[in-house]
Amino acid sequence: MSGPSTYEPKTGFTRWLDKRLPIIRLGYDSFVAYPTPRNLNYWWTFGAMLSLCLAVQIITGIVLAMHYIPHVDEAFASVQRFKRDVSFGWLIQPIHAVGASMFFLAVYIHMFRGLYYGSYKAPREVLWILGCIIYLLMVVTGFLGYTLPWGQMSFWGATVITNILGAVPLVGESIQVWIRGGGAIDQPTLNRFFSLHYLLPFVIAGVVVLHIWALHESGQNNPTGVDVKSKADTVPFSPHATMKDLFATSLFLILFGVFVFYMPDALGHADNYIPANALQTPPEIVPEWYLLPFYAILRAVDFNVGPIDSKLGGVIAMFASIAVLFVLPWLDTSRVRSMRYRPIARQFFLIFVVVCIALGWCGGQNPGRLIVPATYNATLNWVQGGEVVEQPVQSAGEAGWDEAAAEAEEAMRAQGMTLVATTRTGASVGTVRGVRGGAPQSASVSAPSSDGLEEAITEAKEEHAAAAPYYMVERNIPGTFTVTNLSQVLTAYYFLFFLIILPLLGLRETPGRVPETIAKPVTTQTEGA
Amino acid sequence: MLRKFAIAAAALSAAVVGVAFAAGEAEHPHDYPYSFDSPVGGYDMGQVQRGFQVYQQVCASCHGMDHLAYRHLGERGGPFAVYRVTNHETGEPELHVGQPAHGGTFVEVTDNPYVRAIAEAVIITDADPNSGQPADRPGRISDRFRSPFPNEIAARASNGGAYPVDLSVITLARHGGADYIRSLLAGYDGQTEGVLHHNPYFPGGWIAMPPPLVEGAVPYADGTATTVEQYATDVAAFLQWAGDPHMEQRKKTGLVVLAFLIVLAGLLYLAYKQVWRGESH
Repeated sequence: MSGPSTYEPKTGFTRWLDKRLPIIRLGYDSFVAYPTPRNLNYWWTFGAMLSLCLAVQIITGIVLAMHYIPHVDEAFASVQRFKRDVSFGWLIQPIHAVGASMFFLAVYIHMFRGLYYGSYKAPREVLWILGCIIYLLMVVTGFLGYTLPWGQMSFWGATVITNILGAVPLVGESIQVWIRGGGAIDQPTLNRFFSLHYLLPFVIAGVVVLHIWALHESGQNNPTGVDVKSKADTVPFSPHATMKDLFATSLFLILFGVFVFYMPDALGHADNYIPANALQTPPEIVPEWYLLPFYAILRAVDFNVGPIDSKLGGVIAMFASIAVLFVLPWLDTSRVRSMRYRPIARQFFLIFVVVCIALGWCGGQNPGRLIVPATYNATLNWVQGGEVVEQPVQSAGEAGWDEAAAEAEEAMRAQGMTLVATTRTGASVGTVRGVRGGAPQSASVSAPSSDGLEEAITEAKEEHAAAAPYYMVERNIPGTFTVTNLSQVLTAYYFLFFLIILPLLGLRETPGRVPETIAKPVTTQTEGA
Repeated sequence: MLRKFAIAAAALSAAVVGVAFAAGEAEHPHDYPYSFDSPVGGYDMGQVQRGFQVYQQVCASCHGMDHLAYRHLGERGGPFAVYRVTNHETGEPELHVGQPAHGGTFVEVTDNPYVRAIAEAVIITDADPNSGQPADRPGRISDRFRSPFPNEIAARASNGGAYPVDLSVITLARHGGADYIRSLLAGYDGQTEGVLHHNPYFPGGWIAMPPPLVEGAVPYADGTATTVEQYATDVAAFLQWAGDPHMEQRKKTGLVVLAFLIVLAGLLYLAYKQVWRGESH
């Protein structure tokens, strides 16, 4: 793709070096003369931003590591000390924390771009897979890094994620203990997480080199998805792509700066400013925003499938949602790369983007939260006045309880008592109660939530507390649509998109007219204008 | 079917309380117009100083602030930072608390008499340099804020089992930040239940901390009203500073950095246009 090298050493020294280590030639061929499709749009500038993000994270991270203490009693305080007392610590720590979010923002846009323009298709399958590996390493590194400040969310996030591994059959528990370095999250966990968090960015850097190598072997894809055919289709990487990347990166840095300087904590969770406490579970445990879609998929599986329980099912779904990306090049059967020329696929893609964002929203919500408002209502029946009668109930054995209770209640009703009910206090013992005489009363209450209904019932009971000791409460629980249900629908679409829509659509869809060359549409467009 | 849904409930006693507050639900804090709310707003250092006074005289008897040292109060951006200015009438140099409108040189915290006085007024238990036995000594500016209790067990034992949390980063650790702290401290409604006090701003509604602020309990030298609300406002501002002492510096730097980036982006855009001129794309 890159063709024969056009580098010509000009000075005596470069000629001498070129014969021994052609490193200047490599740089020249890769980043100066490298032919770039001339029609690349701004979606192609995120690769540059990602390189910058990796560099920023590594540099700030190395400085942080000079001051950070990976000890359960010191970690939280060492981060505070860094921010308060170390020169520019107040700047470096937020850059690192916000930088993680910006890194993921850029990588998601980069991935969606690859999906839309078919950058994963031949001959770029390896390029795409290397990208997936980088993303996977980023997820792991981000998770490890989030545990290091040793706040409540660090600790409990680590607990939840390592618990997930315990769901794996047979070896799960061993893996869990192995990763934690013991039965629970503690000092050994923090130590190894710090070690790995320091290691993995350099692994990422290594895979990035392979990623760029693969890119330069197959050449960049472009918005038309058409292969480069002649020199007319390309421009040299420098200065054309470099300048465009630099301009887009400066805009990205402005966004980065707004967060670092004015909202350094907006993307984090307040609970992570509470030091880790193994004895106190936070009211909600949520990962950082960039992992929320996967968290939603994990929680969407709240049902058992045959021998697979819901926990393992969730883990399988979550890992499958990333694994499916690796095989995507062989799932999409369309011969047209760019969705620009695939009108139907484009609609499904846009829905897919919305689904991913919606999954992220779901991941941050209480799973039981109602999406569609529902009315919960209940009817209270009670007797004003009257005398309460209470009798013990005894059945012959545990199995005979239902029968004995029904019999006892029937006997009371036969005596004209109302509000008859039994309370079971043991395997075969209990009490039956009823009210003799009095005036039967009834009232209805309703509320928009289950908790609200219980409150309304309690309030209604309070009103009549003195005169009416017993109530019959008939609750009418409506069918509900919760965040979990929504997550299930969204998860289904996520997999449907990759496993059904892309394979079938590629065979059936009639694509639009694809231009013959990259140059043709852009040059005719300019001539016409 | 009826039986399935029916519950025969025992009579409700008047003791059933907290009905209006399902666990975790709390009233939204009031949005107080703090000087640090805006993207360019700094701290009102008079307010932060008063807040420190309230912390020192009220909160500090139960709550520690482990991440703060007394010297932090007098460092750049601290409430008691001192600057040397020249008196225009006498020509004599004199000390000025807080950065003057113009001029003034920062006095290193080691030479700051206010911070030294604050630290020395505190009694710190430390190892005696001669015997090695625990002994009391006056505080130094390098000391961390004095912890009211030697450890969590002692703190719980003295507070009916509840642990008075460290306040170093409390405004960052609570949703609503300073507004939450302010609303909570001024939000007690007088209901009690055993050792718990009702406060609509506290998640769950019942808090172990008794109402800490009493009108007039902390005398202010600058004539500011000594009401509970004023104390709450001031101490929340102090805690905001304590959690984010470099905020002013960060916002100022941000302004310069963003201005630079915007100009840079403009220049890069022009350069990009120049490079691509004549290239259809």
